Amino acid sequence: MAHDAREDTVHVEFTLNGKVVSVEAQPADRLLDTIRYGLALPGTKEGCGEGECGSCTVLLDGLPANSCLVPTYQVRGRTVETVESLSEEDVAPLLRTGATQCGACTPGVVMTATWIRRHPEVLEAQGIRALMAGNLCRCTGYDGIVEGVEALVARETGG
Amino acid sequence: MERREGISKLLGRELYIDDVPMDRGLWGATVRSPSPRGRIREVRFSPDVNWDEFVVVDHRDIPGENHVWLIESDQPVLAADSVRHVHEPVVLLAHHSREMVHRAVRSVEVIVDPAPPVLDFRLPPGADGIQHGTDNVFSHIVIRKGDVDAALADAPVVIEGTYETGAQEHVYLENQGMVAWIDGDVVVVKGSLQCPYYVHAALTHGLGRAEDRVRVIQSPTGGGFGGKEEYPSVLALHVALLALKAGAPVKMIYDRPEDMAATTKRHPAWIRHRTGVDLDGRLLAQAVEVVFDGGAYVTLSPVVLSRGLIHAGGPYACDNVRIDGRAVLTNSVPFGAFRGFGAPQTIFAVERQMDKIAEELGMDPVELRRMNLIREGQSTATGQIIRDGADRLEVLDRALDLSAYREKQEEHARFNAAHEDLRRGVGLSTYFHGAGFTGGGEVHLSSVAKVEARPDGRIEVLTSNIEMGQGTLTIFTQIASESLGLEPDDVVIAEADTFRVPNSGPTVASRTVMVVGRLIEKACADLVAKLGDSDLRGPDLKQAIVDWYRKHSGGVLDGAARYEPPPGTSWDEDSYRGDAYGAFAWGACVVEVEVDLRTLGTRVLDVVAVQEVGKVLNELLARGQIQGGVVQAIGWALMEECVWSDGAMVNNQLTNYMIPTSDDVPPIRVDFLEAPYAHGTGGAKGIGELPVDGPAPAVAAAIEAATGTHPRVIPVTPERLMELYDGA
Ligand code: FES
Ligand code: FES
Repeated sequence: MAHDAREDTVHVEFTLNGKVVSVEAQPADRLLDTIRYGLALPGTKEGCGEGECGSCTVLLDGLPANSCLVPTYQVRGRTVETVESLSEEDVAPLLRTGATQCGACTPGVVMTATWIRRHPEVLEAQGIRALMAGNLCRCTGYDGIVEGVEALVARETGG
Repeated sequence: MERREGISKLLGRELYIDDVPMDRGLWGATVRSPSPRGRIREVRFSPDVNWDEFVVVDHRDIPGENHVWLIESDQPVLAADSVRHVHEPVVLLAHHSREMVHRAVRSVEVIVDPAPPVLDFRLPPGADGIQHGTDNVFSHIVIRKGDVDAALADAPVVIEGTYETGAQEHVYLENQGMVAWIDGDVVVVKGSLQCPYYVHAALTHGLGRAEDRVRVIQSPTGGGFGGKEEYPSVLALHVALLALKAGAPVKMIYDRPEDMAATTKRHPAWIRHRTGVDLDGRLLAQAVEVVFDGGAYVTLSPVVLSRGLIHAGGPYACDNVRIDGRAVLTNSVPFGAFRGFGAPQTIFAVERQMDKIAEELGMDPVELRRMNLIREGQSTATGQIIRDGADRLEVLDRALDLSAYREKQEEHARFNAAHEDLRRGVGLSTYFHGAGFTGGGEVHLSSVAKVEARPDGRIEVLTSNIEMGQGTLTIFTQIASESLGLEPDDVVIAEADTFRVPNSGPTVASRTVMVVGRLIEKACADLVAKLGDSDLRGPDLKQAIVDWYRKHSGGVLDGAARYEPPPGTSWDEDSYRGDAYGAFAWGACVVEVEVDLRTLGTRVLDVVAVQEVGKVLNELLARGQIQGGVVQAIGWALMEECVWSDGAMVNNQLTNYMIPTSDDVPPIRVDFLEAPYAHGTGGAKGIGELPVDGPAPAVAAAIEAATGTHPRVIPVTPERLMELYDGA
């Protein structure tokens, strides 16, 4: 929730999509709102606000995190990546498998998928279905997403 | 063709209503009833808040009629002197700070003198519970065919069964949200919605404004599933009332708990079957009683009930049928449209009843269905003769083959003998879904679609049908480009803005492709005919358009088409006889489960869904629709349970209302059969809802096969399965 009165704010500098940004944040400010409203990057979505749906997934120091649960002050000095950092080529395989329908879960899905693509070794311990279980989707029934992640990984590993 | 707006969605560039920044606007919020029923004694504003900073709206600020325009006018926009359900809207607030307005909601107290609420729709209400007519019945419909009582009396075997299904929350991932602003003397509302002209009508009535002083624009919509069919009219009225009083733009975005608590859900249902059969298993008589919980106001319950009843006999031939159904009032949040629209409930019941009949006769449930499935030339419960060239037996056989149903049964016998704590089973369902509006619905709607040529030779498609994930933009592009021989990039789909697009009806009832797609084809033909050569296509057509605009400066070259019913169809609304739908799509579903006897948790191991849908226009989109629908239905069958207290959903969070994750479901194996429908676009019948009808009874049947218990109530949670074991 965006705050009005700016009492008790702290100065937070972090790297967002490769650029250093700085914001004034109150202790209760959520990273999700800082990104969406403060920094005007609305690609990251809110689905539940309580860490259940994964719509708000960003990569925090390279790992998927629910930005609705991360206080903004905690990202000081860290690296945040949102869906806005990606290119058409990065996501093209997901289009061909039908990984998006309504699109509301999609930015979060894409960020988790991006993490798996960069670290295919995580698939040795867990399958895609388990790794994607933090990203709820009400439209696709998940096949389009799972096949899309397979295609992303296959492209990366030449498989 | 790939999803047209797909890349934009994958890159987070699609701007949903909460994503659009609002300059100098206010945030709105809703003060709701704490009580299920009673008279409002007082609305108390805490003295600790400086209310001068807020815009405050109550029922006295409504310029038009204080009801939400729909089938009946019983639902107030804002409660005036009494309330009928917890979370009923009473007062609206707006403030320039989103945080402040939500905090302020807690500083307004609605004090209600309570009256006894009606909370169990299965029981007849007491005299002090009557709030609608003389009996709280919103709608009572009876479908009659043949002589059921005589056939039941003569039947060698009569089998009875009672079935129940629970409420289901839509959980579209984008919550409800809208913005309103004033543009000259026009109120503009933009937001997440399925039916622009429903919202438009609600606004003209509630605000008391002429049609041309209200404008509704759909913004990209992050899922609907029926949940954005009627509820957005309520939200649109609220946000518009605030904007009118504030004289400034106002935005209202529900958070998840408010959305889950305050908006519609799938109707809970209680259904009783009495079926007369001969010793071979042939259906002789079906007597079906249906009760749907309508919640506190009529909303769409009569039409949901109607569709539910028409499907209540299942896809079977039976000469004697009586289906008697009621939608009744309770003091809970109104139940409403949800993908399938009453049919998933009644199909659950009839499919479970078929399994019960098979068990009591000692028959194979597959053979029972094979014997009774409607053959070409036979008729449904309303007397609609099915002559569509679809082979329902092939649908069944394909599902059995693909799922290796028989092999699985043998394998499970071995598996179950070898495991102490695990039980596997396989279950089957066969089902159908009528596409488009029921009966004369499409005729009443009289939908119009338009196409307009642009001076550069491109074509714009204008309809009020919207994209919410199901693929409208892509399919409409495909339909227009194929019928004109143009490239997809030459087709533009107009924003659903009531100032520009004609009323082609709501985006519901699996009608968009089948009905509106066909209108687009005809509108395209109309446009081409105006160029004097109906055979013009592709580059020649483009050139002819460019030439036309050179000659007619200031003119507009367009084409239009209005709905006409397929020839030879007839429907009698009073007797409920005739052709209920232009076409039915057919399906068979096989589900394999594993039940862990230690936890009584059920895991779905495999799903095969075979669908006969006339013609598949876009394989990728169609497959995705089926898979998504199947998974929603699995959630409804196994885990999605609304917990109620005083008619309010109290587990209104995704933490304790669970929907399936990727790890809860296996790949959904989909196969299509095609028997083109002469009056649907390119032969297509509707597909959006069919997939939701079949999985729940198949899941329950699979649990039955695995455990020997008889699930008749869903969701089959571990607790419910425990009860079945205890009761057995
Ligand atoms: S919005 Fe963060 S997990 Fe749902
Ligand atoms: S695409 Fe709609 S929720 Fe995933």
